[in-house]
Amino acid sequence: MLSAVQNPRFYLFKRRSPLHFYSSKALLSSQSVTGPEHHQCSASTSPPQSQILTIHKSLLSGQIKAVDVAEKYLSRLRRTNSLLQSFLHVSDSVLQQAEDVDSRIERGDDVGPLAGILVGVKDNICTLDMPSTAGSRILENYTPAFDATAVKRLKDGGAIIVGKTNMDEFGMGSTTEGSAFQVTTNPWDVSRVPGGSSGGSAAAVSARQCVVSLGSDTGGSVRQPASFCGVVGLKPTYGRVSRYGLMAYASSLDVIGCFGSSVADTAILLHAISGHDRLDATSSKQEVPDFRSQFDFSNLLESKPLKGLRVGVIRETLDDGVDGAVISSIRTAASHLEELGCSVTEVSMPSFSLGLPAYYILASSESSSNLSRYDGIRYGNPVVADELNSLYGDSRAKGFGSEVKMRILMGTYALSAGYYDAYYKRAQQVRTIIQKSFKKALDENDILISPAAPSAAYKIGEKKNDPLAMYAGDIMTVNVNLAGVPALVLPCGFVEGGPVGLPVGLQMIGAAFDEQKLLKIGHIFEQTLQGCSFLPPLVADDFAC
Amino acid sequence: MASVLFRGIQTHPFLLYRSALFTTKKAVPYCRMECTQVQTATQDNPKSQTKISSTNPNKTLNKLMENYEAIIGIETHVQLSTLTKAFCNCPYNYGSQPNTSICPICMGLPGTLPVLNSKIIEFAVKVGLALNCNLSLNSKFDRKQYFYPDLPKGYQISQFDVPIASGGFIDLDLPVEFGGGHRRFGITRVHMEEDAGKLLHAGEGSYSQVDLNRAGVPLLEIVSEPDMRSGIEAAEYAAELQRLVRYLGVSNGNMQEGSLRCDVNVSVRPIGQSEFGTKREMRIILDVEVKNLNSFSSMNRAIDYEISRQVALHSQGQCDQIVQETRLWEEGAQRTVTMRKKEGLSDYRYFPEPDLPEVILSQEYVDNIRNSLPELPEKKRRRYEKMGLSMQDVLFLANDLNVAAFFDATIGKDADVKLAANWIMGDIAAYMKNERVSVDEIKLTPEELAELISSIKGGTISGKIGKEILFELMSKGGTVKGLIEEKDLVQIVDPVEVEKMVDKVLSENPKQLQQYRGGKTKLQGFFAGQVMKASKGKANPALLNKILLEKLNDKS
Repeated sequence: MLSAVQNPRFYLFKRRSPLHFYSSKALLSSQSVTGPEHHQCSASTSPPQSQILTIHKSLLSGQIKAVDVAEKYLSRLRRTNSLLQSFLHVSDSVLQQAEDVDSRIERGDDVGPLAGILVGVKDNICTLDMPSTAGSRILENYTPAFDATAVKRLKDGGAIIVGKTNMDEFGMGSTTEGSAFQVTTNPWDVSRVPGGSSGGSAAAVSARQCVVSLGSDTGGSVRQPASFCGVVGLKPTYGRVSRYGLMAYASSLDVIGCFGSSVADTAILLHAISGHDRLDATSSKQEVPDFRSQFDFSNLLESKPLKGLRVGVIRETLDDGVDGAVISSIRTAASHLEELGCSVTEVSMPSFSLGLPAYYILASSESSSNLSRYDGIRYGNPVVADELNSLYGDSRAKGFGSEVKMRILMGTYALSAGYYDAYYKRAQQVRTIIQKSFKKALDENDILISPAAPSAAYKIGEKKNDPLAMYAGDIMTVNVNLAGVPALVLPCGFVEGGPVGLPVGLQMIGAAFDEQKLLKIGHIFEQTLQGCSFLPPLVADDFAC
Repeated sequence: MASVLFRGIQTHPFLLYRSALFTTKKAVPYCRMECTQVQTATQDNPKSQTKISSTNPNKTLNKLMENYEAIIGIETHVQLSTLTKAFCNCPYNYGSQPNTSICPICMGLPGTLPVLNSKIIEFAVKVGLALNCNLSLNSKFDRKQYFYPDLPKGYQISQFDVPIASGGFIDLDLPVEFGGGHRRFGITRVHMEEDAGKLLHAGEGSYSQVDLNRAGVPLLEIVSEPDMRSGIEAAEYAAELQRLVRYLGVSNGNMQEGSLRCDVNVSVRPIGQSEFGTKREMRIILDVEVKNLNSFSSMNRAIDYEISRQVALHSQGQCDQIVQETRLWEEGAQRTVTMRKKEGLSDYRYFPEPDLPEVILSQEYVDNIRNSLPELPEKKRRRYEKMGLSMQDVLFLANDLNVAAFFDATIGKDADVKLAANWIMGDIAAYMKNERVSVDEIKLTPEELAELISSIKGGTISGKIGKEILFELMSKGGTVKGLIEEKDLVQIVDPVEVEKMVDKVLSENPKQLQQYRGGKTKLQGFFAGQVMKASKGKANPALLNKILLEKLNDKS
């Protein structure tokens, strides 16, 4: 029954040959077979610094003005946006807000930790006074009457919302080609996709058009573009960040996530937006630790700063169907973690390949319901019609793109009487199995690692007409959403492709509400990764932060 | 023939409860149509008695009625009187300007999420317990999906397979004038859901407007078992639900405002068929839904009309014309007409609402609510019955929570039960009706009513005087004692004083006295009246009569 959305490639996951069994020793030895990817690394190699902390310090010390910072980012944005098409809307009050920050600093007022920080916001996150279309024609020119809780918290922290980033319509896609308005390109190679659905947010941070950005992650929409664009992407635990103001795609899977050029920046961003919200009944009352507190650089001096941590490599993610160069990058990353003191072992999660079909059923089902409100009656762009059914039909036919229509149809089918048990209910059962398997694996390991995507960024148009191939690309990420646990993706190497090579992301998966551990490990990993810079050449010349 | 019969029924609704359907058994071509005035229902429809002539088929129909029985199930929507809507902070006030009680959440704007108002759970548990249901300690919300402009999200948040309460029953007593009798009707389930908005249709019908004030207002849907067999039973079931929610304080239960809405499913089957039919099959024949029932009496009439319509079709072998459909009750024409045919079952594609956590009740929470429940109508009626009141009195007093409270407070002051009931049901009820006030609005307190009753019983004042000051007490307030003193109304019980008055009257009417003594003893009433008048109504009547009689017959 599930085969309706199952790509033949998945059967390959089930057929594991004994050759693919790696012991931790085998992983270590794989270090010797590091492929050509390392040769692709850029020569300049200082580890990434937190842009937020740097800017914050400079502003407070008076070394630099917020207006100058904003000016720099805006000019880079203007210079690159025609090429990257990452923003759908750019605020015209950025400089004015930056001036406000400057005058407050001059007066000696308390400014928030994000004062003067330019944040890009994915277009499906509601912003007062700025259009929010979720990349859809049906919401063209729609401006919400309120700020999403996450946006409100950013503003409370002093952040400046620079604009709205492009995305696959309603988050449904893995390339950002599904936007109704424009195709975003990858800053590493503009003939390639930035990933999706938060492609605009990932490309914007990668090209330093803004300091950090918000995305949303339903099945990998933060992590996969982070991997494709060589930035850090964080998908928090379900419930950690309020969804109020996030236009729902699949409510039980959606989370607002963070993009940054360093782990520290994503941590600071996460801290700003986390915590219970009385407007979201599914937001957690779990205490929010200060994710920023752990960036203590002294532990980097130790030879084994991560001593005693258990890292599990998910065997099923390094198997047939995954790009060989990506596999070697992950193996290299695993040995890097071992060098840092982790004990790395292999973990088998037999249910892993079940996640994809279950995800596509659940996400489509929920989206078919969540998108019912776009009927042309109260907002959006209604079509003139003589009677009600054609008003609905025409508004939705004109307003939605083909991918969205396909998923609404799929979801409507899966929830229909007589099919519910075979699809939705079974998918929920699979979800429970996956949750259990993650619980077990994370009881035995501190974190799990895997690639963030089976390949690096591919060409624009390459998978546009092959939805199953595109869906298959989500195999690495969807299970994490089904389990509701947090995951951090950070660049760990390069593979061949494009003018200078293409970044590869390492996915670290942690236990629910333990983002702290992920961020700590991610930070140390990032700061000790030798010989790689993840600043795309496109902006390398004018960015020196 | 059949069409004649059918048309006759369409235009002339029959009364179908057994005792009054046809006033004659055979051959007399009359049947009496009576609006079933539900004793407990609001007095919205004056009794209209029309004699309609109907031709021979009457006899047939009469016979047919005996061969069929109606199966009636009712879905009731009760609007909960919470301060704010179910999932947002908007207040709801009936009748406010369109779209003035709305916010991004109840408008279903993109990105908004529902957060449950916990008062709804409390109200649902109260109703569940009051209806003797089993509560689900773990229940959840589901989405019921359909498109309509008054439904902003494109789905209604409701409960599907796990309602908060199920498997209960409700007890009630039918009004005495309808033959009385105790009934117990099953309650299938009680679940929580949100209301939709309203469509306002423009005069020429060229466009419609949407008012979302009501969208997101909390409802309880109460589904009965198909246990009712007649219009009056159904109407009384609804009236009892209204009493119940008012007693519990969870809803104003006002039908005109739509706070209590009933959708009725009616079908008929030949008597005896139930023995062969399973429960599932019975569900299937519950096929005609009647809407637009704005009062208990219209419910009663609509159902009885619908039963007769279906029986007529059955009897003509036209069962196939009874289709699954929604019919609209036309109050003016007193008939039901097709509103829309249901083609197959609607597929609402229910699935669990992912935006709301599960509803988990602790036993302690339920027990606390159980212990705080007020005395419910059924229990009150049984208590009043035990006090020796007639069923008519019991039903009247227990019908309205405030009246019952007034009565209870009065007898709590040791007033005579029967007298208290009589005063409340008689003069006080009449006054409330005339002045259009509720029992809370009259100035009379239960304490003073008790005082009044004991003053009469104890002979301080006469019943007549009592009546007079009652009106004063109701309209202006004050105390019985104060009024008696102020107006010098104490009954004259001193025989010497009464004798003086009798003597005076006798001496002033020598002619009449002579006639009396001449044998015209009827004149005693005349003398009694004169003496009473002279005493300004204060003379004790028994004493007066005793002395008067002595004097009249004293021929010396």
